[in-house]
Formats: sequence, structure tokens, C-alpha cells
Amino acid sequence: MSRLLLKGGRVVDPSRGVSDFLEVLVENGKVIEVSRKATASGAEVVDVSGLMVCPGFIDLHTHLREPGREDKETIATGTRAAAAGGFTAVCAMPNTDPANDTAGITRAILEKAKTEGVVRVYPIGAITKGQRGEELAEYGDLREAGCVAVSDDGRPVVSARLMRRALEYSQAFGLTVIDHCEEPTLSSGAAMNEGPVSTLLGLRGAPAAGETIMVERDVLLAELTGGRVHIAHLSTAGAVDAVRRGKARGVKVTAEATPHHLLLTDQLVKDSEYDTATKMNPPLRSEADRRAVLAGLADGTIDCIATDHAPHSVDDKRVEYDQAAFGIVGLETAVALALDRLVAPGHLDLGRLVALMSTKPARVLGLPGGTLAPGSPADITVLDLARKRKVDPAEFLSKGRHTPFAGWTLTGWPVMTLVAGRVAHNDLQHHAAKPAKGR
Amino acid sequence: MSAGFPHKHLLGIEPLEPSHIETILDTAQGLREVLDRPIKKVPALRGKTVVNLFYEASTRTRSSFEVAEKVLSADSLSIATSTSSVQKGETLLDTARNLEAMNPDMIVMRHSASGAPHFLARHCRSAIVNAGDGAHEHPTQALLDALTLRQKKGRLKGLKVAIVGDVLHSRVARSNVWLLTKLGAKVVLSAPPTLMPPGLGALVPTTHSIDEAVEGADAIMMLRIQLERMSGGYFPSLREYHRRFGLTEERVRRAHKDVIIMHPGPMNRGVEIASEVADGPYSVILDQVTNGVAVRMAVLVLLLGGTQETQA
Repeated sequence: MSRLLLKGGRVVDPSRGVSDFLEVLVENGKVIEVSRKATASGAEVVDVSGLMVCPGFIDLHTHLREPGREDKETIATGTRAAAAGGFTAVCAMPNTDPANDTAGITRAILEKAKTEGVVRVYPIGAITKGQRGEELAEYGDLREAGCVAVSDDGRPVVSARLMRRALEYSQAFGLTVIDHCEEPTLSSGAAMNEGPVSTLLGLRGAPAAGETIMVERDVLLAELTGGRVHIAHLSTAGAVDAVRRGKARGVKVTAEATPHHLLLTDQLVKDSEYDTATKMNPPLRSEADRRAVLAGLADGTIDCIATDHAPHSVDDKRVEYDQAAFGIVGLETAVALALDRLVAPGHLDLGRLVALMSTKPARVLGLPGGTLAPGSPADITVLDLARKRKVDPAEFLSKGRHTPFAGWTLTGWPVMTLVAGRVAHNDLQHHAAKPAKGR
Repeated sequence: MSAGFPHKHLLGIEPLEPSHIETILDTAQGLREVLDRPIKKVPALRGKTVVNLFYEASTRTRSSFEVAEKVLSADSLSIATSTSSVQKGETLLDTARNLEAMNPDMIVMRHSASGAPHFLARHCRSAIVNAGDGAHEHPTQALLDALTLRQKKGRLKGLKVAIVGDVLHSRVARSNVWLLTKLGAKVVLSAPPTLMPPGLGALVPTTHSIDEAVEGADAIMMLRIQLERMSGGYFPSLREYHRRFGLTEERVRRAHKDVIIMHPGPMNRGVEIASEVADGPYSVILDQVTNGVAVRMAVLVLLLGGTQETQA
């Protein structure tokens, strides 16, 4: 396999505390050398002058919809969207149809990812059979087949006893349990966050307390069992507080937040006049919640930024607000949103952002990558902090088109994505390397 | 659209300027006289087509719109969901597009989903009138309430109006809060804590005590207990509701001596309102119904830009 030299860029690798002008030499799918002047004989040179070279970004929370809902997304389209958005790996949630609750389905997903995907796909298995919240799925088989965690995402594990068992049993296989935290008796029928805005809009609301209660419960159960719990798409001030206190006590709890919960509030549902691109679960919360989540991100309580990329067909969204499907796409906007709205205004520095989207996600689930240390996979995300572009859903590679960020002009975009040393996406204006097919 | 009312649709009261509301009320007051004529027909909307699309059961509002349309000589057609292809699973968008293909000038819609009229307005060319959407707004109800108040009290500014009952599920309460506060009335909202949604306290005073709310009130607007939405266990029994939160004669006596009692209907007698109150001398419930036709005539004329010519 050919050698590739990324030359002229600034390497930002928080796994090793590096932020410097270095050359990165890649060979046989691995990083060989990162130094001021790499031994580059015979290497194809990619000029990345003026750009940031980072360990590949990893999304812990993606819905690829395959198998079962290929009308909404496929492994082929979802991974292309991921590559375009700067992600070299995605963790695929198991709420497919059928749910990914057995080794056979996990293997089928991985097989498809190998032939049709352009980034790494790490399947997440179901916590319970059929995600029904009744019996544990076969974690041993799921792990062996390639699952990197378990989750009933989209559905909370309602029974505290079953959640306890999951947190206990998962330890035999080193699996983290990812929970969608929502107390369903408080949120049934809700279309948005409960608060003054839902009152004025006459929409049924889910109170923030409904999420917080479950996060508190999960932290306590992780403490009780010694298991590892990861809180998906955390969105309330109370949930941030629960995770913060849990971490202070040494509980094995980690958490992620999405760009939309970091940047938007429920006021947008009103301002957009019931635009269903503002409908997702958990819903956009209050300004106080948003600020608390941002503070949790800044102080390290929240470990990662994840997309909760949830593509839907037009028909599932172009209906009455309370009938519309929950979920928006995020893979192709997350990095640019973070650069423009979190890094540029100074909420985070660039190294911290790379940690939140690469190094930390890798650590949370024990995945390869998240670093450019020699010997590690050559999964690389290249950022152009000066690139300015408007979010246009018509240009998305995902089949999903619904995003509340349509029309936003953002500065700072991913411009090249390498997976195992091969180009998965290339938007470099001065370099003509073609994206490889498959990997 | 007209000069005094520069809107294409009537989706709610919230986006309206006070002067726009006054325009509707003044127009309604002028048109009301038509209803007392021996021949109740004017040509104002001749050649205009109005579709009444009702996704929720409604007697009062729907018939009120139908009468208003007939009096104004509009061609109208009413579709109730129980007799339409909605029963066969057609989406709101498809239904609306099919209706649009017939080139109506206006669609009047009642829908159980809050925001459904906004959805229609985004996807249709016709003028849209919200005849009640979920728990969001019911603008023509608030307008007819205001017209009734103005007739009975001569003004809205400074009036003390108590809105009492199931505020949580009430689009009437929301529209009235917007309208009455925009026109300078002093509104107080009263509901059991379980039926008072969060955040309204920022707009108007709220209280869980009906006695406190009606104290010295010039008008009391009762809200219907929506029995069909009561699966949530909001209160222990209808008996206790009536006793603690219902409008009884004794409570009416706490109000101003010239108080008027309003109700958007249909009433649950013996629950939110005692029969003797509903039928009492201070009740203006039937005036509200007549004013409902006048207000809807005004909305039709203002939105469809018909002449205000009222000679037959």
C-alpha cells in the first residue's frame, strides 16, 4: 500500500498534548511517524498547509437505520454522511428493524459496513431482547460478534431492576451500558420540553425532571453495581449535576451532549412556528438547561459531543407537529457547529474539542483511534478553520434532510477524512485525491 | 387582506396588534345588524369559496362559520373527518393539497394538533383561519368573547376578567389571555394546580383559589372541563371539582354586582358551572353565540378582501 504524507498542517492531538506544525506519515493503514520532518521517500504528499490535522472523529450516537428502515438511511449513505462530516467512525444504535439484539444481526451490519461503508462502523447491541425492556440480550455473543456497547436507545430501560442486571451482567464482557434517560410516565405523549413555551404553543411537554430522575437512578445503579453507564444525549441541568456528583464519588459514569442541545432552546419551536425539524427526543430544553449542559462540557462533566444523527423520511416529518417523528440529522453539521459556535466564541479551545469528538469517545467505549500516536490506525480528520459555508440540507449525503440548522452560515469545516489511511471524503480545494470506494 | 387588517391568515391572537383586533371587533359590530334583518343575506363574498375542514367534533364553531359564510353569500363546503378520506389514512398535507386543487379562497380548520393551521399555511395558497388547534389558540372564540364584553360593559380597558377552569387544555384561555391583555383588561387565571400549565404567571396573575379569582370580577369566563381528556388523573372526582373549583351562585356573589358570566360551551352543568348560574340573569352565553356569527363574518370579510357592502 502507498505511503501518504500530510504536510504543512498543524497537528492537534490531545491524546498526547500535541498542537504543533508537524508532518504525519501514514503507511499500511497506520500512522508511522509524526514529526517536524518525516522520512517521506516515495510517499504521496497531501498539502494540508493552513489546516488542522486531528485524530479521526468518532460519533458515539448514530442511527444508520439499516437493516429495516433503508428508506430513512443506509449504511452506505450514513457512512458517507459521516465521512463528509469529518467522522472516521460511528457507533450504530441498535433500534433497527429487527433490533440489533443478536450476534447474527451484528455480523450482518458489520458485513454490510465492510462492503458498502466508507468509515468504521461499531455496532451497539440492544440491552434487552427486541429492546422490549423485559429480558437481557445475549451480551457475550453480541460482544464476540463485534458490539462495542449495549443500549436500548430511543427507549429508556424502565425497570430499575432490569437496569441493575444489565449493569451487572455487562461487566463480564467489558461492555458499557448506554441509557436513553427518560421517565416515561412523565413524558408520555410529549412533543417538546415542558415549560412556558409548551404552554403557549399548546403542545404536551416532557418535564426536564423526567430525564434527570433517570440519570440520577442510573448513576446510583452504576454505583451499586460497579458497572459502567454512559448517559446518552444529556440535556438537562439536573442531569449534568447528577453526572458531576457521580463522577466526584468515583462512579463509572460518562455522558455525551449533542450540538443541538448545546446551541438551541425550546424557544425555537415557537419561533419556527412548529417546524418539525425542531422535534427530537430529548427535546430542546430551556436556556438554563442549555447553559448548564455547556458548562458541563467546559468543566469535563460531559465527556463527548455526539450527534444523535436520526434521519427520517420526508413523510415522517411533514405532518402535524405532535405526529412527526422525533429526530434530526447531525453527522454533516456537528463539527462545523462546534467549530463556529463553541470554539470560535471561546467556550472550548480546539484541543478540547478534538478531545470531545475523538480522544474521549474512543476512551469511553475503549475503541481504537482517538490518537495519532505512531502505530495507531490512520484515521484522520482534517479541518479548515477558515472555510465558510451555508448549511444546505439539499447537499447532504444522508437521506435525512431535517435539521434546525438549515440556512446557518458556519465558519470552520472538516475538509478531509482518512480512514485507515484511505481517503473517505475529500473536499480539499487544492488537492485532487479521490475518495476510495469501500475500505 | 385589508388596510386595517394586514394579515393573510388568522392563526392566532398572539401575533395581532391591538389595532388589528379593534378592526375585527368594529367590523363585527357593524355586520351584526345584518343578522337582525328579515332577509339575512348580503353579497359581500359572492364568488368566494370557503372550505370548512373540521378534524374535531364541533357544533357551535362549525355552524357559526357556516352561517357567517351563507349570510355573506360565499360558496362554502364543510368536511368533517368522519365522512372523509381522512378515515382512510390520508395525511393532512394530501387532504389540503386536494382541496387546494379546487381553488378555494379560504380554509377554515379545526384540528386536535396544535400548530396544524401553521402547517397548512406553510403548504397552501389559501387564506387559513384557525377554528381551534389543540390546546394552542381559538382566535374567533376570543374575538366573540371580546365583542360580547364590549357590548355589555362598553369597554375592555380596565375590566377585571377571571378565566376559570381547565386552563391546561384550553385554547380558549390562551387566546383570551392574549386578546384581553392586549386591549388593556385585567385578567386573572384560576385553575386547580394540576390544570395550570407552567409559565402563564409571567403574563397574568394566577391563583388556585376560584374565590380569590372572582373577587370583584366584572366578568367570569368559565372553561369547560374536557372530560374526554381527563384520563391523566388531574383531580379525584367531578364532585370535588365542582365543590372546590366550580362556579356556584355563592361564588358569583363575590364578584362585582353587574358581573357577566361567559362560557365557550359546551357546558358540563354541575361540574365547572352550576345550572342556576348558567341559566341565571348574569349569563350571556347565548349572546356569545350570536356574536360568534358576527365575528366570523368580520374575519371572512377582512381576510377575503370582499367589499363591506351590506346592501342586498
